[in-house]
Amino acid sequence: MSTLPAPPLSLPARPGAGQRLLQTLRELMARPSGAIGLLLVLLHVVIALASPWLATHDYKAVSAINILLPPDAKHWFGTDHLGRDVFTRTLMGGREAILVTAIATPLAVVWGGLLGIYLGLVGGRRDDVLMRVVDAFLSLPWILKMLLLIVIFGASTQVLVPTLAFFYGIPVIRIARAATHNVVARDFVLAARARGHDHFTIMRRELLPNVLDALMVEGAMRWSWMLLAFTSLSFLGFGVSPPTPDWGLMVADSRTYLPIAPWAGLYPILFLSTLIIGINLTADALAKTLGVDKAQKAPI
Amino acid sequence: MLKLILRRVALGALTIVLVSLIIFGAIEALPGDACTAVLQQDARGETLLNCQKELGLDRPATTRYAEWISGSLRGDFGMNAHRTKRISELVGDRVLNSLLLGACALAVGLPVAFLFGILAALRRDRALDLSVSSIAIAAMTIPEFVSATVLILVFSGWLGWLPGIVTTSASAPIKDFFPEIILPVVVLSMVMTAHILRTVRSSMLEVLDSDYVRMATLKGVPYRRMILVHVLPNALLPAINVVALTVAWLLGGVVVIETVFNYPGLGRLMVSAISDRDLALVQTVALIVASVYVIVNLSADVLTLLANPRLRTAATRAA
Amino acid sequence: MADVIIDIQDLSVGFTGRNGAERAVLRNIDLQVRRGETVGLVGESGSGKSTLALAAMGYLKTGLRLLGGQALFAGESMFALPRSALQALRGGRIALIPQNSGQSLTPTLRIGAQLAEALRQHSRLPADAHPPRIIELLTRVRLPDPGAIVRRYPHELSGGQQQRVAIAMALAGEPEALLLDEPTTGLDVTTQAHILELLREINAETGTAMVYVSHDLGAIARVCDRVAVLYAGEVVLQGTTRQVLATPLHPYAHGLLASIPRLSDARLPAALDGRPPAPGDAGPGCGFAPRCALAGERCRQERPALRLLADGQLVRCHFAEQTPTIAVKGARTSSAQSGTGAPVLSIQGLGVSYARARLMDQLLGRRTVGMLTVQGVDLGIQPGETLALVGESGSGKSTILKAVAGLLAPAAGQIGFGDKGRLADQVEQRSRADLQRIQLVFQNPDDSLNPRQTVAEILAQPLELYFGLPRDEIVARSVQLLERVRLGAHYLERLPNQLSGGEKQRVAIARAFAAEPELVLCDEVTSALDVSVQAAVLDLLDELRVQRGTAYLFVSHDLAVVRALSHRVAVLYQGRLCEVGPSAAVYGSPSHPYTEVLLGAVLEPDPDQAPTLLTDDVVESGPPARGCAFQRRCPHHQGDACNQVEPPWQDAGPGHRIRCHIPLAQLLAGPATRQQPAHA
Repeated sequence: MSTLPAPPLSLPARPGAGQRLLQTLRELMARPSGAIGLLLVLLHVVIALASPWLATHDYKAVSAINILLPPDAKHWFGTDHLGRDVFTRTLMGGREAILVTAIATPLAVVWGGLLGIYLGLVGGRRDDVLMRVVDAFLSLPWILKMLLLIVIFGASTQVLVPTLAFFYGIPVIRIARAATHNVVARDFVLAARARGHDHFTIMRRELLPNVLDALMVEGAMRWSWMLLAFTSLSFLGFGVSPPTPDWGLMVADSRTYLPIAPWAGLYPILFLSTLIIGINLTADALAKTLGVDKAQKAPI
Repeated sequence: MLKLILRRVALGALTIVLVSLIIFGAIEALPGDACTAVLQQDARGETLLNCQKELGLDRPATTRYAEWISGSLRGDFGMNAHRTKRISELVGDRVLNSLLLGACALAVGLPVAFLFGILAALRRDRALDLSVSSIAIAAMTIPEFVSATVLILVFSGWLGWLPGIVTTSASAPIKDFFPEIILPVVVLSMVMTAHILRTVRSSMLEVLDSDYVRMATLKGVPYRRMILVHVLPNALLPAINVVALTVAWLLGGVVVIETVFNYPGLGRLMVSAISDRDLALVQTVALIVASVYVIVNLSADVLTLLANPRLRTAATRAA
Repeated sequence: MADVIIDIQDLSVGFTGRNGAERAVLRNIDLQVRRGETVGLVGESGSGKSTLALAAMGYLKTGLRLLGGQALFAGESMFALPRSALQALRGGRIALIPQNSGQSLTPTLRIGAQLAEALRQHSRLPADAHPPRIIELLTRVRLPDPGAIVRRYPHELSGGQQQRVAIAMALAGEPEALLLDEPTTGLDVTTQAHILELLREINAETGTAMVYVSHDLGAIARVCDRVAVLYAGEVVLQGTTRQVLATPLHPYAHGLLASIPRLSDARLPAALDGRPPAPGDAGPGCGFAPRCALAGERCRQERPALRLLADGQLVRCHFAEQTPTIAVKGARTSSAQSGTGAPVLSIQGLGVSYARARLMDQLLGRRTVGMLTVQGVDLGIQPGETLALVGESGSGKSTILKAVAGLLAPAAGQIGFGDKGRLADQVEQRSRADLQRIQLVFQNPDDSLNPRQTVAEILAQPLELYFGLPRDEIVARSVQLLERVRLGAHYLERLPNQLSGGEKQRVAIARAFAAEPELVLCDEVTSALDVSVQAAVLDLLDELRVQRGTAYLFVSHDLAVVRALSHRVAVLYQGRLCEVGPSAAVYGSPSHPYTEVLLGAVLEPDPDQAPTLLTDDVVESGPPARGCAFQRRCPHHQGDACNQVEPPWQDAGPGHRIRCHIPLAQLLAGPATRQQPAHA
């Protein structure tokens, strides 16, 4: 054996996780759908956060005489059936929804993802049994599950976040498991098993990095489904309670007067729609950028 | 082959049993019971105990579960909370109404979804594809209550072409539901159509890229025949499952639509049952909805089994 | 020339690269095929051979476009024809036989329907004459029971059967020219030999011209009259088959031929350094210059033109005449095994079944015994020796490997390891020390490395797991490992997708050796590599074996590779051992009947040697319940004894045993030469 040159003293830097994220972001912005989507989402998040300072009126302030006023210089978006300023309420209408869902989504993806990867790896009886239970669970309409819990425990943030995270994590199990199946079949996982690594090392080192892309895309989609669920619940009267402004609630309230005072309902609709479209455009562009085959299944 | 189908049916039955256990367990876990719901303020002491004895709530859970299940199999779901009606009657009308809604949505949505999904794939990345895909994304993700509200505003409020609310009673004959049913059907089919369209499109694209389609081209097979004989059967097969999922979703997930339009279907019944704390009713409705979901999925699985030559022959060889 | 049927003129094909630059996949190709002639297109990955064959039909894959020149078929310019005209020609007068027929047949149509479609489109026969014609075509391609095949779906047929159906479909249009894109890749040795014979017959009977694309010079030698060698998108050599195989006057072809292991030569073939350029990557000068022993400054600057030599060969090289002077470096014999002492591995009575472990058995800690895929295997490996497992699909060789690795629990027998006694059945139950001693290298280099890990991280894993080394020591050790597999330290920070197939395989080998194992299990480790790269990897494996005293259990279907690398060989059929012994003995005589069949079917890159087809290429679905595993196909079947009684082991020499009912004396007197001289 020839004498070797002195080896470098530290492990050479790999294309770090941070670098990869930046690269992904850059590629995402290069696509028109990605750029638009990301912009919309960012805009909404900023508005929701800054709304108390951007507000022109007190969101609770009712006024018996100023009912259903069309948009004018004083009330930019007009007033609703209780005389409240629609502009303020629309700006603030996304706060609860975005806050709750933005926390619940990563939770859902994490718990569903980990369990899904684990089941994809071990297979066997544990997998069979658990998937039966998951299937049974998924056969109940989402609204039933949500309503039952809300009726018992109320609809506060502390209840909604874990509830949404739990229920919306279940479809993630399926997705993560399917993505894991694709990876587990490959030789490098077999090689790791043959070396004697334990399950958790394999999950962490071999599976997770390769499944992460699919999970990220799924996470974006989950967020959009959760927003949909949240606002639908509010619409039905089971979500936030008045006078907290919420887009769903606002649409429900404005229904009766819609033909004569469309602004009370249309502005919240506009805001909600643009946010959801933004998330979906981003998810789509992300999927294309990462090369994920996003076979979308029906919602929950 | 038969053995395989029977296995699927057995699995489906097992799932329904599991679901019933989950439902029953969840209801049991709720604080309070049917009596506290009905009596409310007065639910204590003697009154409470008497009520419970009358409704049989003092018996162990397993007995009550068994009774519920055996009753359900016979079609006897018991009485509602206020003991005014048989649940089977209440549910019966509603199920038919929801089925009507679902059937119409399917009749409208499926052809549109398939047609445009196929066309979008054949004209990939051209004008038709881009517009169809964008509309589909929008339709899929806009909440139903939003599209319902907007459509009611436009077609009922401003244009006055269609009625916005359903006023027909639950037990009315089918023909009474037209033209009120039109808007609900449109909204319902929007989401469903968008989903199926995207699945069909992506499945078509995958098949169009496959080795065997390329081979057919190099064999000199004319374009039309290639699409009809080589592409479509292979592309549409996987779509069966998505159709099933969406169909099953129709029945349970239409709560919002039924609420917006005041439509007397199963979804609305479920919401009012929950609001009223009518636990027996909730239990039953949940079980029915879940069972339909399982049955539809089961049918899709069996259909795929029969239609896919690979699975068919594997089955006959194994059996 | 009046009877040139395919005329490729100055054809250039390429794609637009990432920065807008035009990259050529084929450059200025000139190729003529006369009626009735078979021309071979030889090349490795990135040579553009498949693209060229498809271009003859006027077809380019998505993303590729015509950069110049034309492709004429019977005088028609294929790239200028309208779609309707193309449809009339393709599948009719010019037909394609694709590489992977299983995936090229529509899964939802029955075989009969797909053939009928071809007839409807191209045949002049009236419609009612189609069904009998279909049967006739299937019979022509030697498919047994055509009536049943007509009703089957593609996935119900074996690979060989699917390939024959593809041939039948191509013949349906009564073609004047056939394009064959690696038609026998992935098929068993015996199946391949049969299909090649069929193609020869068809060419002889019908006078159909053929363009045969392959990387396998043995197949080319058997089927083709002339050969064109492609490298980096250019034709670098053209001549008759005999010329190209015997006296190739281009350095690449010369090196390529030297790097092919041959049955007749027990030495390790000479390796060709470097690797072929990626498609579209060739520089300004000669594409082969970076790897060429004769390369001079002129070669790097000036692209050589194709010129005609005295003996009729066309060569693209400035120094073609000097080619025979290139020293063929280092063809050497694999060194003898190094260690002595107790066997490194001993397998006794191994049986493996794919039946799923039953719950009761799992609870009671028992083994589940179902239908045995592998049965009664007894093998031993000495330290520092290479034992090869050879066989075709269904032989169980990979299964045995997995059982040794602990990835498959045996249903019977035991695996013992050196002085440590018995090895636990499953990986999860084995001690770290045991795990360290056995390491695996897999077939497909693209799959065996985690695409998200750098080479440094990949090598760090075994070092951390088995030795618990601190960070900086891991780096030092990793650099050493890379050196040993002849890769520089700068590879540490690369990701797998930045490496070539050969480089990835070296990293996989480095990873295996990081654990300092006593035994390395090799599962078809060179099968997925280009031929010119394969030799280098084989050489590396042998060198490492000698340096570290490691033993190998080497699984392969390639008999020539096995001959070069192994000390001892075990031949398997349907999961049962047929013959075990030193290489020279097994490859010589006496032989088990199956070994004879296998050896007879091997195709050597020599136009004067024809394979001997001793039996049909029927694919068995499983071993028979009783008696000898080979009873259904054995050309020397002895009657009831073979069907009922397990054949006995016979001692055929030192360390050489054969399992057969036929007495040794008769086996010894068997066919004197296995290779018959070719008749044409």
